[in-house]
Amino acid sequence: MEQRALIDSRGKDHRRLILQMLVGSGRGHVGAALSVMEIVRVLYDDILRVDPANPQWPDRDRFIFSKGHGCLALYVMLAEKGFFPKEELLRSCHFGSRLGGHPESRKTPGVEASTGALGHGLSIGVGCALAARIDKKDWRTFVLIGDGESNEGSVWEAALSAGKHRLTNLTVLVDYNKFQSYGPSKDIQDLEPFADKWRSFGFAVREVDGHDVPALREALRATPFDATKPSVLICHTVKGKGFKTTEHNADWHHKAKVKPEELAALLAELEATP
Amino acid sequence: MRKACLLAVHELAKGDPRVVFVGSDITKQNLEKFAAEFPDRYFMEGIYEQHIIGMCAGLAMSGKIPYINTIATFLTRRCYEQVLIDLCLHELPVRLLGSGGGTVYAPLGPTHLANEDLAIMRAIPNMTIVAPCDADEIKRVMMQSLDWHGPLYVRIAKGGDKVVSSDARGFKIGEAIPMREGKDVLLVSTGITTQVALEAADLLAKDGLTATVLHMHTLKPFDSPRVLHYAAQARAVLTIEEHTLIGGLGSAVAETLMDAGQGGVPFARLGFPDVFTEELGSQAEIMGKYGLTSANLTAKAKQLLSK
Repeated sequence: MEQRALIDSRGKDHRRLILQMLVGSGRGHVGAALSVMEIVRVLYDDILRVDPANPQWPDRDRFIFSKGHGCLALYVMLAEKGFFPKEELLRSCHFGSRLGGHPESRKTPGVEASTGALGHGLSIGVGCALAARIDKKDWRTFVLIGDGESNEGSVWEAALSAGKHRLTNLTVLVDYNKFQSYGPSKDIQDLEPFADKWRSFGFAVREVDGHDVPALREALRATPFDATKPSVLICHTVKGKGFKTTEHNADWHHKAKVKPEELAALLAELEATP
Repeated sequence: MRKACLLAVHELAKGDPRVVFVGSDITKQNLEKFAAEFPDRYFMEGIYEQHIIGMCAGLAMSGKIPYINTIATFLTRRCYEQVLIDLCLHELPVRLLGSGGGTVYAPLGPTHLANEDLAIMRAIPNMTIVAPCDADEIKRVMMQSLDWHGPLYVRIAKGGDKVVSSDARGFKIGEAIPMREGKDVLLVSTGITTQVALEAADLLAKDGLTATVLHMHTLKPFDSPRVLHYAAQARAVLTIEEHTLIGGLGSAVAETLMDAGQGGVPFARLGFPDVFTEELGSQAEIMGKYGLTSANLTAKAKQLLSK
């Protein structure tokens, strides 16, 4: 699936903020954050039932951000929704900050689980979904995982279990940017036929352009895709989306010490993009 | 011991709707009543320990108290990162009930032995570790487990072990139990080596020597004050554990004594050396080969006392 969606003005604002955080914290997994930005935005704008004033509200929807290294995007949306003051964004990773290089539930309001080691979040999500079922509650569980993360066997253990339990209250979002730390995923560990894998594990599958905000909204509003199965939405994305320099560029998987001229060039590109 | 443990989980479930049972493709023996009475809180899952730990973390984050039972080695080693991050980092009340701790599965070979479980669990912050000595004591552990804060690992022994614990001595997770008090030597034990230590105390008594047997059913948090109290009254201190000498009970006692400036007392540790115990046979045979017997403990104690 092609990614043709353009980044709108709010998407550009988010990207400016991500760059500011990168400078402020001195480092960050930029590529992943730019890849998942629209997915996280649509979740918090249109899908998740959460209360920023009461992050522990028992009947909230659970969002497990399993690919923890993409957390700059999560922090942007949590701050925008008022889980914590925006000023904190610029001091992430520093001594005394509540925002780490990977998200931590005991530090950051709105973060459900501490992630960063890959392959943990889907199992946690299965447990949350089972708990809601036991208690006959209507809150739902959403888990965002990466394609590189899907190399981990534990992801497929959890997928087996979600299929077995027919967890219709569980939705998996895969950030399928087809690029991992070293380079293109097809050269490291090809996942294709990816949608078929999920189908064979018992999921109802849909695919979407992961930067197309209306399409993401429409797809997520249609969950569960099947009344008897867990859902997976494979989001076709671009790692580093938004800047020619960062797209599909392994040098921007994790970036430290961004030079002032690099920052200026990226901001200029954002202004020049229609 | 496993039977008493699993029946206790059922009892807990009757009184508390938060209790959930999760097994990893284990025998249904002793679980039928739970499954029949609380089908929505009973999960017999596949052979994927990493997933089960994460799943129970999710259940616990959502207000449940999951009790997981499978073979100790798979419950500690296979899913170590999940135990560390999903359970301990989040301080979740998940109970790990490890069947066949130590050399219980000796005839099945080294893949099934859990001789380092205490050490690797000890290394993780927020973890609590209990190794009960008999079937009566594991019931006390289970009754206290419900409201225990954070993750708990229970090392289950073979079963049929001589009952030496009693209600009269009381039980509290984290508080060591003096099973017998004497003035010559302190024998510190955990799990089923407490039976061995009590036998050794009997043997020593025949030679006119009196021993304190301190049962460290809880390895973490470690009851250092009691160890130091009894060590200060003894002429020698010995530890015995069905576990590698690296990082287990003996290490914890040695650390405690040294840290407190009581390292001068004659001291010996009995346990497995830094090898894979490859011999087959029974648990008793393996323990015999490596000197985890009352006769050897008695001999070592006399050696220390004669110096």
